[in-house]
Amino acid sequence: MTDAARRASSVLGRPRPRGDGGGGTAGQPRRLLTRYPFLVLILVLSSFPIYWTFTIASQTNEAVAQTPPPFLPGGNFLANARRVFDTVDFAKALVNSLIVAGSITASTLLFCSMAGFAFAKLPFRGRSALLLIVLVTMMCPVQLGVIPLYIEMQALGWAQNLLAVIVPTAVTGFGVVFMRQYTAQAVPDELLEAGRMDGCTSWGLYWHIVIPALRPAMAVLGLLTFMQAWNDFMWPLIVLSPQNPTVQVALSTLAAGQYMDYTLVLAGTALGTLPILLVFALFGRRIIGGIMEGAVKG
Amino acid sequence: MIARRRPDRAAHLRPALGPRSAGVARRLLRRVDGSVSPYIYVAPFFLLFIAFGLFPILYTGYVSLTDRDLLSPGGETYIGLANYRELLTDRYFWNAVKNTLLLMVMCSVPQLVLALIAAHILNQAVRLRTLFRMGVLLPNVTSIVAVTLIFGQIFSRDFGVVNWLLGLVGVDRINWQAGDWTGRSAIAVMVIWRWTGYNALIYLGAMQAIPKEHYEAAAMDGAGTWRQLWHVALPALRPTIAFTALVSLIGQMQLFTEPLLFDASPGSVTGGAARQFQTMTLFMYEESFRLGHLGYGAAVSWLLILMTFFLAALGYFIARRGAQMAGRTP
Repeated sequence: MTDAARRASSVLGRPRPRGDGGGGTAGQPRRLLTRYPFLVLILVLSSFPIYWTFTIASQTNEAVAQTPPPFLPGGNFLANARRVFDTVDFAKALVNSLIVAGSITASTLLFCSMAGFAFAKLPFRGRSALLLIVLVTMMCPVQLGVIPLYIEMQALGWAQNLLAVIVPTAVTGFGVVFMRQYTAQAVPDELLEAGRMDGCTSWGLYWHIVIPALRPAMAVLGLLTFMQAWNDFMWPLIVLSPQNPTVQVALSTLAAGQYMDYTLVLAGTALGTLPILLVFALFGRRIIGGIMEGAVKG
Repeated sequence: MIARRRPDRAAHLRPALGPRSAGVARRLLRRVDGSVSPYIYVAPFFLLFIAFGLFPILYTGYVSLTDRDLLSPGGETYIGLANYRELLTDRYFWNAVKNTLLLMVMCSVPQLVLALIAAHILNQAVRLRTLFRMGVLLPNVTSIVAVTLIFGQIFSRDFGVVNWLLGLVGVDRINWQAGDWTGRSAIAVMVIWRWTGYNALIYLGAMQAIPKEHYEAAAMDGAGTWRQLWHVALPALRPTIAFTALVSLIGQMQLFTEPLLFDASPGSVTGGAARQFQTMTLFMYEESFRLGHLGYGAAVSWLLILMTFFLAALGYFIARRGAQMAGRTP
């Protein structure tokens, strides 16, 4: 929810671009020399903790206890990783997280693009009122309704079931608004009109015209949704049992041992973060584009 | 694609309706399609939101008026405002309120200031733009659980980098988890680290919409790069800043994972041995899911929900004022 609310900010809180911009403040070339040290500092600060995770995760507990601590990765990662799989059912956690994040992403893309299409291109009674409701839901602290949600899941018999994690976040207000804006600008009305002349139903228009046009937006929304679902913690912690965890829940179990075994805990953290880092390395450019531009225009 | 689709659909209508009624059926279908299907497209969102968003929030209000217990579902009695009366005199609750508000400020203010500075620096990058942008977003794709565990090690008393660095300049080892200000500061560092880059990218997006001539005019007037940030970028970004501030404040009201996992004794839900960094959400979790007092926990939730709405309304008002003011300057 926190993430969703924050992302909402990029939809609602951004002024329309006023010029063609282009970026870069005015200055002499010699400033280049003073700019890059700052940039490198930012880069170091933001990547050091990640680097540190892999460093600690590949050391022995004895090496980590030294002063100064070891600053280069060691050769103990596989041994620590094996201990992770021995301590908690990490394989199951990885599979569960894949199922959860995959299902949420698929349903979010389908439902949000459908609703976005209807809000952007189909006239119907109550459209603007319903759209306003969608906007308001983005500000709703849904996360704070966990107690009744838990009671609800018990009544449905879904407690401790992955469905309890998947279904409540299967569609988001942010996604609907995001898709509505993208559909409004990327799908020309003329094309839809031509489709109608050809006898397409609205479903035909959605399937054959809207979906192909939405592909870039879907990539961005899909990536954001997948990462958020993978990283979600509080609700899975409440509703799932430690025997059937997601990755984040399994990590918290690892950290709840008798004493803090940092090489073990950070090896688990590294394993649970790797998939997301992989996704980020492959598609990070698109995600950044989505944050900076995709969600803006409207 | 469209042309190819048409015969298929007609073929599937024909067997059921016969060739002559196909035209009527098509017109009927089209009318039904036009009036009904928009609602079908938006229905999944609304159904799911009502079932798993709106209903729980409202039902929280009812549960908060009962003594419902985690272990005896259905056995609750209506007790009116008793939970709220008890909260008013519960010093653990007020401690959580204090910590939540303190952390809200400690996390949000530095985060947004740093994000502005970072965005300004990023805006000057000519080469390797994508690398730098991905770099600042890296913390944000890391899960909060991972962030807390990593920083738990970095801030650990005996083996942590922070204490080692402090030791180099002659400061004694600090037991970060044990103190109240040290614990809250460490948590604030985690939040700031995870969110600064994200906000910086939002600001950067808005900065790129500022016409370059504005910067050039300021540079002609002798404004250095930091004065350009202050006089050119800041006024243009005002609505964006107001909104990110609001969203960040609301996000920090729900701080949960950091105080839960930063605790020195693993598995504890009190936010430190002396509850020095227990937030309202963590207090709600402790009462509801550790002690089983769902009714009492729901009262905490409901107060948090009200506080959030109040903040959101306030922020909306401020953002609108900010937008108006920004609109007035040419």
